[in-house]
Amino acid sequence: MINFSPEDISAIWLTLKLASTVTIILLLIGTPIAYWLARTNSKMKGPISAIVALPLVLPPTVIGFYLLIAMGPNGFVGQLTQSLGLGTLPFTFGGLVVASVFYSMPFVVQPIQNAIEGLGDRPLEVAASLGAGRLDQFFTVVLPLAKPGFITATILGFAHTVGEFGVILMIGGNIPGETRVVSVQIYDHVESLAYGQAHTLAGTMVVFSFVVLLCLYWFQSKRGGQWSMK
Amino acid sequence: MNEPHRGDSNKKASGISTIDVSLCLDFGGGSSPPFSLAVNVSLPGAGVTAIFGHSGSGKTSLLRSIAGLERKALGSVVVNNENWQNSTFFLPTHKRSIGYVFQESSLFGHLTASGNLRYARKRAKKRTKGLSRKVIEIMGISHLLDRFPSQLSGGERQRVSIARALLTEPSLLLLDEPLAALDISRKREIIPYLELLKQNANVPILYVSHSVDEVARLADHIIVLEQGKVVAEGAVQEVFSQMDVPFSLQEDTGVLLSGTYKTHEPEWSLSRVALSGGDLLVAEVSATVGADLRVRILAKDISLSLSAEDHSSILNRLECEIIDVVEKAEQSMALVKLQTGDDFLIASITRKSLYRLGLVKGMHVWAQIKSVAIVQ
Repeated sequence: MINFSPEDISAIWLTLKLASTVTIILLLIGTPIAYWLARTNSKMKGPISAIVALPLVLPPTVIGFYLLIAMGPNGFVGQLTQSLGLGTLPFTFGGLVVASVFYSMPFVVQPIQNAIEGLGDRPLEVAASLGAGRLDQFFTVVLPLAKPGFITATILGFAHTVGEFGVILMIGGNIPGETRVVSVQIYDHVESLAYGQAHTLAGTMVVFSFVVLLCLYWFQSKRGGQWSMK
Repeated sequence: MNEPHRGDSNKKASGISTIDVSLCLDFGGGSSPPFSLAVNVSLPGAGVTAIFGHSGSGKTSLLRSIAGLERKALGSVVVNNENWQNSTFFLPTHKRSIGYVFQESSLFGHLTASGNLRYARKRAKKRTKGLSRKVIEIMGISHLLDRFPSQLSGGERQRVSIARALLTEPSLLLLDEPLAALDISRKREIIPYLELLKQNANVPILYVSHSVDEVARLADHIIVLEQGKVVAEGAVQEVFSQMDVPFSLQEDTGVLLSGTYKTHEPEWSLSRVALSGGDLLVAEVSATVGADLRVRILAKDISLSLSAEDHSSILNRLECEIIDVVEKAEQSMALVKLQTGDDFLIASITRKSLYRLGLVKGMHVWAQIKSVAIVQ
C-alpha cells in the first residue's frame, strides 16, 4: 500500500502550495499579458510573445542559472529585494515562486491568448455598442466566452509547476520543508538507492499527471476543441 | 470632397434636429485596392435614412465610423446637437448613444435572449418605464426569452438583436443590412417587424442596404454611395425619380409614388389605388379605405402608346406628358420621364420605339403599366 514518510508528505504539501500560489499569480499577471497579445497590433507583439515562450525551448538549467544570478546578492532582482528588506530569494520558497512563475508562464498565457483571439472583435464591438466600457467588456463578455481557455490555462499552469525539477534544483536547492518539492524528493530517494520510496512518490506523480491530462482532454473534447496546443 | 446640399445651419436655427456627418477614412496600407471613404452629409434627425450602395461602396464603413468603431475615421459627427467626434475629440463607442444591429447575428452566446436584453437594459443611459414590454411585444419575441441564441433561428436572432439595440434607448439606431444573412423566407418574416419598428420607434434610423426593395419599403431618405463617395442624396421618392440615375440604381430604375387606398373590387380580387394623375388597379391589398400606400413602378414595366384606344390586356393606363428624354447613342434603351398629375414616372423603352413613335418633350402619351408593387 501507499506509505508516505513524513518527509514525503512534507514534500507533497510543499509542491501543492507552490503550484497553487504560482497558478494564482500567473492567472493574475498572465491574463493582461494574454489579452494584450491577443488584441494588439503593436510591433512589440513578436518580441513579447518570444520572451513568454522562451521557457518552452530553453533547458531548465539555463533559465535556472540566469534567474539564480539575477536574484542573487549582486543581481538586479537581488538588489531590489535587499533594498526592500526581503533579503535574497534563492534557496527560499519565494524564490521558487518567482522562478516557477516565469517557467510556467507560456502554459497559462498561450491558452488564454488563443481563446481571446478566437473570439474576434465582434463580441467586444457589440458590448461597446451596448454601453459597456473596457473593463466591463472584459468581465461580462471576454471572461465568460473565453472560459474554456482560462480553465485549460489553470490546469496546465498547475500541472506544469507540479512537474518542475531543473529550475527548482538550480534556484532552491534541496531544503526540507522550504524548497524540497516532490520531484526533488524523488531524486533524493534515487540518489540514496531508496527505490521503494521513489516508486511510491513517482507512481503517485504518474497517476496524478495522467488524471489531470485526462480531465483536460475530456473537458476539451466536450467543449468541441476550442483550444488546441500550438 | 463633395458637398451635397449644405444648409444645416438653417435647420439648426429652426430647431430641427439633424445628423451631421463629415468623415474621411483611408484603408491605405495593405488593403488592395486602396479604398477611401469621404462623406459629408447632413441627414434628417428623424425617420429612416437608407445608406444604399453595392458591396464595397463603403456603406458599412460609414456606419461603423458613425458608431465610433473605426478609430481611424477622421472628421466630425454631430447627432441632434450632441458632439460625438471632431478633430480634437473622440467619444468612444460605449459612450455614444447608439443601438447597433450587425449584419450577422451578434447575440452573446453565453446569455439567453432575455439575458442579452438585460445586458443592454442595465447599461441604458435612460430607462423609460414599460419600454421592455413594448419592445418585446413589437418584435414578437416574448416566447423566445428563455432560449439561448443557439436555439433560435436566424430571423429570431435578428429580432432579438434589434430589440436589444432598442433597449439601450439610443438617440440613433444603426442597422447594418440586418437581413443580408437571411434567406428570402426569413426576410419576408422580418420585414413586417421592421415596418412596425419604423412606426413605433421615435428614434432616427440609419439603414444600410443594397436592396432596392428594402429601401423602397422602409426608407424616407436615402444616400447613395459609390466607391466611398455620396453620389445622390435626398428623399427616396425624389432620388428614385431622378433621370441621372446613379449607376448602382440603374438595373432597378423606377419610381416610388404615394397613393391612397380607394376601393375594393372583390369580384376580380383587385384594389383601386388613387394617384394624383389617375387610379391604378393592383392585386388585392389589405388596407382600410383612405390609407396611404407606397407604390413602386419600375421603368421596365412601363410601355408607351400614342392613343387611348384600349385593345390590350393591360389595365393600368395613365395619361402623361413627356417632360424629358435621355438616350445614349451606344445603348439600345432610352429613358423617358413622364408627368401624370403631380407624380413622375420613368419609362424604359427601346431607342427604336422612341424614333418610330416620334416621342419628344411636351407630347401627350399613355403610359401602360404592366406591373405595380405595393411596398407599404
